[in-house]
Amino acid sequence: MRTMVLWCPDWSVTAGMLELADSSAGAGAGPDVDAAAPAVVLANNVVVVCNAAARAEGVRRGQRRRDAQARCPDVVLLAANPDRDARWFEPVLAVVEEVRPGVAPLRPGLLAVPAPGRYFARGGLDGEEAAAAVLAERLVRAGVWDSRFGAADDLYTAERAARQASPQACLSISSGGSGEFLRGLPVTVLADDGPEGAELAGLLRRLGLMLLADFARLGAGEVANRFGSYGTDVWRRVQGRETTRLASRTPPPELACEISFEPPLESAEAVTFSVRTTAERFVVGLADRQLVATSVRIEAEFEEGVSTRTWLHPRCFTSRDLVDRVHWQLQAGMASSGLRSRKSTGETIASAVTVVRFLPDVVEPAGDHADGLWGGGAEEQVVRGVARVQAMVGYDAVRIPVLQGGRGAADRQALVPWGERPVGLRPVDRPWPGRIPGPAPSRVFAAPLEAEVVDEAAVPVAVTPRGLVTGEPWRIRIDRHWCPIASWAGPWPIDEGWWLASAGSSGAGSAAGRAARFQVVGVDGRAWLLCWRSPGSWEVEAAYD
Amino acid sequence: MFEQMFEYGGVSVRPLEIDDPRAVVDQLRGRIAALEGGPTRLHVPVLPVLAGLVQLRTGGVYGVDSATLGMTLAAGASQAGEWVGFAGWDDFGAEAAQQRGIVLGRTVLVPAPGEHWLEVTAALVDVLKVVVLRPPGGVDATSASLLEARLRARSAVLVVQGEWPRCEARISAEQVAWDGIGQGRGRLRERRTTLVARGGGRMPARVDVVL
Repeated sequence: MRTMVLWCPDWSVTAGMLELADSSAGAGAGPDVDAAAPAVVLANNVVVVCNAAARAEGVRRGQRRRDAQARCPDVVLLAANPDRDARWFEPVLAVVEEVRPGVAPLRPGLLAVPAPGRYFARGGLDGEEAAAAVLAERLVRAGVWDSRFGAADDLYTAERAARQASPQACLSISSGGSGEFLRGLPVTVLADDGPEGAELAGLLRRLGLMLLADFARLGAGEVANRFGSYGTDVWRRVQGRETTRLASRTPPPELACEISFEPPLESAEAVTFSVRTTAERFVVGLADRQLVATSVRIEAEFEEGVSTRTWLHPRCFTSRDLVDRVHWQLQAGMASSGLRSRKSTGETIASAVTVVRFLPDVVEPAGDHADGLWGGGAEEQVVRGVARVQAMVGYDAVRIPVLQGGRGAADRQALVPWGERPVGLRPVDRPWPGRIPGPAPSRVFAAPLEAEVVDEAAVPVAVTPRGLVTGEPWRIRIDRHWCPIASWAGPWPIDEGWWLASAGSSGAGSAAGRAARFQVVGVDGRAWLLCWRSPGSWEVEAAYD
Repeated sequence: MFEQMFEYGGVSVRPLEIDDPRAVVDQLRGRIAALEGGPTRLHVPVLPVLAGLVQLRTGGVYGVDSATLGMTLAAGASQAGEWVGFAGWDDFGAEAAQQRGIVLGRTVLVPAPGEHWLEVTAALVDVLKVVVLRPPGGVDATSASLLEARLRARSAVLVVQGEWPRCEARISAEQVAWDGIGQGRGRLRERRTTLVARGGGRMPARVDVVL
């Protein structure tokens, strides 16, 4: 049983560029992404992977970001993201699986298949080389230009061979020739195996062993004593005695469900009613495999256009939840937004719906989400009641308050729509220097109120760059009502997001720049949290009501 | 033999420590009446700081004059494991609510119910124990009586910050004084205030509290 390995060099870069191209294509008029442009993947500001174009400019693995940019100013910088690498390798797996079932993904960028037999041989090419050519052609069609193939008796040798092959070519090691091939390689190839391999390669080089053949000449006992289990593994392989079989993956089951409407449906209610059985089929299909979905992508195809949205559930989706989500998604796409009357029925959608599709995004074992033996009776009731409120005023009108980290009062909380999972919250357990200690304000205004603070001579109070007030706050105006100040505290100066302000981004500009917070108590006993913003405006962020 | 079995399982039968037998008897009577189907007035727990001031009973409407008081009234039930809701609060301070003792994981917030505030409140009252409402403006007697009937049927409590035709008790803060803040020094540390509860045909009750 021969094994064939497909290796896509610098896969992290390829995946990053594919995603970049995908997102810019999705955005319409994004900057054009050239797949052959020099690019690097950075983790902690250090280059971890670079592509051939970047290497040609002198960029190397392990360089700092500024060094890489100094050598190649137009290098594309990509953040390291193992999920992205795996996600974009999935289409490659699918392409290979179409031609040759029994694919074993080793890691993103590397996969193995059982090598096709000699029946593939044609036109003077070996069977394996012909098969590799077929795969390479299909991969190019999928946007993967650099793929290399190796075929050998065992997995390890095939991987080594793939790394020695030239782009889109196949290096085939003849049967029984594995040991000989490996013994001809320099010891530095072990560095591809990770830190362990790099360490062993360095050690062997310092010992004066330049080729793996030199290493193979050592005795078994000596290797076992001196080079550990990894060294022993390598030694057995270069002897040609080790045969690693591959564990192929089974294709994932088809869990997505869809329903198409003929003729297309015009009203959201009709669609909602019709998808009920499909939603049940979807949930049952998952339940048959002891799974539940915690994140589902719902795709609705209109006569013109598609609406796609991923919905998260704090627990797991039931069929009723899915029907609700379809309803909300269709309503969100409709022209009339905001509050709707309960009486209005038969709302028409911008365009008629032809297909509704449920795709499981994240599935988890059902056992993790089972109800306790005593049930969640009260919760169940609350969930149903709140769903009724959502039906009246729209799904995002019902919120759950959650805390998050931040400095301002409004930054320290988030209101998550009921039925969604909070994502992207700032951690609470950080110190957040510059935040106001003590009791939190009970009213936090979504839109700060406009205010004015003057000193005794009716001159507006400001804060100097050194964090000093220009005058003693004497009177405050909130919404045309002037009130003398009984006592005040502050300033708590902060300088947040200055890098955004310098870039001139108007969206985040409101929160950026120098600011200072004050606590002010009026003579009527009411206390306010004020914020002064450079260059000289006051606003009421919150009230200690 | 049964005794041995219980002891083996780590279960021991001990008399409960009851502080106020009368209150327990009242509560049990109320529950029995509830089971029999009669309209009852169960006690809803309040924070110890309000203990001498007001007794929340299901089916009642209570008026407050500040956001902090509304949160404090709902906190007792929230800590006892009930769900609470806030309707019409477009400026809900989540951190303050947590500091007052409200469990945010069992809190439902409808920031802007708009013109549907009556239906939304009625639907919330169906499933939540305490609903704190900030009505958008004047409330007519018809809407109020509709909601009160729902409250009695569903054994819930409504706390209103704002105007309401008939309140069981109206709690307001008088003589607010802040500690810890000076002229450009210190910070707000705590608020000492006198709470006054009026209504129910009784003498106004006063307590000095730190909120």
